[in-house]
Amino acid sequence: MALLQCRGVNVVYRPSRGERIWAVRDVGLDLNQGEFVGIVGESGCGKSTLGYALTRMLRPPARLESGVITFDGLDIASLSGERLRRQRRNGFALVLQSGMNALNPVRTVAHQFGDVLKAHAQQGDDVSADGIGQRGTQLLAAVRLEPDVMRRFPHELSGGMRQRVAIALALALQPRLIVFDEPTTALDVIVQQAVMQTIKDLQRDLGFTAVLISHDLGVVLEATDRVIVMYAGRIVEDQPSAGLVHGPHHPYTEALLDCYADPRAEVVQLSGIPGAPPDLSLPQNGCSFAPRCPLAEPICLAQDPQLSSLGSGQAACHVRARTAHVELEADSVG
Amino acid sequence: MSADRISSGVPPMAVSGVSKVYRVRGRDRKIVTAVDDVSFSIAPGAAVGLVGASGSGKSTLAKMITGSERPTAGSIMFGDVAVSRLRAGGLRQLHRQVQMVFQDPYAALNPLHTVEYTVMRPCQNFLGMSAARAKRRVDELLETVGLTPASQFAVKLPHQLSGGQRQRVLIARALASDPGLIVADEPVSMLDVSLRAGILELLAELRSQRGISLLYITHDLLSARVITDELLVLHRGQIVERGPTKQVLQQPQNSYTVQLLDAVANPFAASTAGASSADSPSRDRGRS
Repeated sequence: MALLQCRGVNVVYRPSRGERIWAVRDVGLDLNQGEFVGIVGESGCGKSTLGYALTRMLRPPARLESGVITFDGLDIASLSGERLRRQRRNGFALVLQSGMNALNPVRTVAHQFGDVLKAHAQQGDDVSADGIGQRGTQLLAAVRLEPDVMRRFPHELSGGMRQRVAIALALALQPRLIVFDEPTTALDVIVQQAVMQTIKDLQRDLGFTAVLISHDLGVVLEATDRVIVMYAGRIVEDQPSAGLVHGPHHPYTEALLDCYADPRAEVVQLSGIPGAPPDLSLPQNGCSFAPRCPLAEPICLAQDPQLSSLGSGQAACHVRARTAHVELEADSVG
Repeated sequence: MSADRISSGVPPMAVSGVSKVYRVRGRDRKIVTAVDDVSFSIAPGAAVGLVGASGSGKSTLAKMITGSERPTAGSIMFGDVAVSRLRAGGLRQLHRQVQMVFQDPYAALNPLHTVEYTVMRPCQNFLGMSAARAKRRVDELLETVGLTPASQFAVKLPHQLSGGQRQRVLIARALASDPGLIVADEPVSMLDVSLRAGILELLAELRSQRGISLLYITHDLLSARVITDELLVLHRGQIVERGPTKQVLQQPQNSYTVQLLDAVANPFAASTAGASSADSPSRDRGRS
């Protein structure tokens, strides 16, 4: 059974004034134990909101409007208070984009390990200064940091080191699921590569389920086994990473891939995606991508496409689903 | 076209032997050499790329070229004007000709001013235009950067615009004083990849239609490849490699350039994991 399952998840931002924003719409998703899954999409597509919903980190004005999220068979969408905290202790962690924002600027790294370990201490855990020092040093070693980082304040560390500390803190309770929300976006390319390598190594060695949320399809494809593409709050494609590179199903995925190229190639041509994502405060009729889609047909504007199986994955596209169907029939006739 | 520029009086930018040393105050009194003996020039109409990781000195160099920092050693000449020695009045003159586009389109616009006001001010300040004339020019500039219809965008405040639209406003503002050189510091790194191509196309168009020279600063080698003809690779304040952009990227000589190239997350290279990075496939391979 899947470690995490969600069905019909809708997240709405309800600001005290102004329009409601339907940020995540009718998302269903299974994460298997030990899987490394990427979630990609443009800014505002709902990828971070979904990540927050999965780890029960949504804060007002965001609200889980409807849907079921089960973690290890337990419905976490309805948990609160002590029961939610206990589930967190056994279950899931979140790594944020900026290590600086996630760390307390006036406390040493050792203190922050203390916070996490004490807050979730169970009978028999050693939360003395020595115990925390030992556990912290171990965790720092896992993210390739020297023990003396324990004594430092966040401002004394570089961006890459801070992000490593944030990852070490996420590992502290040996979670089974870690959601990484743009963990390397604020870092430069070389540091980004090193931090991503550490994340990949940890995931492989410790075997936790990882979700990597990123706007950078390149980073996601390099790290993950499976990619979920979101557009306007919905999942439009879900495919193994290897298949996605060579055979994207959804025209949006295809357009995103066209935004990348190899800087070493003989001829380099970059495309963009004309137009802009829709306003999520308005109700959506039909496929949200249709106004920007080169393949759009009348049905795309009229009817909501559902995720359907295509090749090794799933995509929500009328046109592609039909062509696949036709090919299938042709095969069976021939 | 470059001949036009020379006749129209936009001089080359020449950076020779420039260094910048910062003394860090405090207990350890460290000395940080941000830029170390750098020389290069930007010919009229040329597009030069400056690439390197964080801390390589790219932005410090940009600040010295635009006169907001002074070099510790060396000289920066814009034609026969010594940028490195300019004071307030001279800097104003320089900024008519040398404009910057910044990385963060959210931070570089005053949130309380409309697009029209933001783009109008340099027309009035640098070109001495009346408000009425400046407003007409704003409309032209907004059309140039693709914010059409201009009248609709002119009245907007920054929070009503998307990131890509804000970056276009920044470019319109930089164009307002009719500069000869635009220094663009990571202009696309905070934008969605889907918008990257559009902004790069706009910069390329400005260069070919108006003969504006460009200093393009980035850690994104792909965008540098698309927009520049000449590439300088900066590492720890020094230029470690330079040459025609395509050649530097295809046959990098310096190990740091290779490291930068390998660090680029390239979906098409990743798909052939196991193949050596040297023969990474062109993006067409394997796609129908």
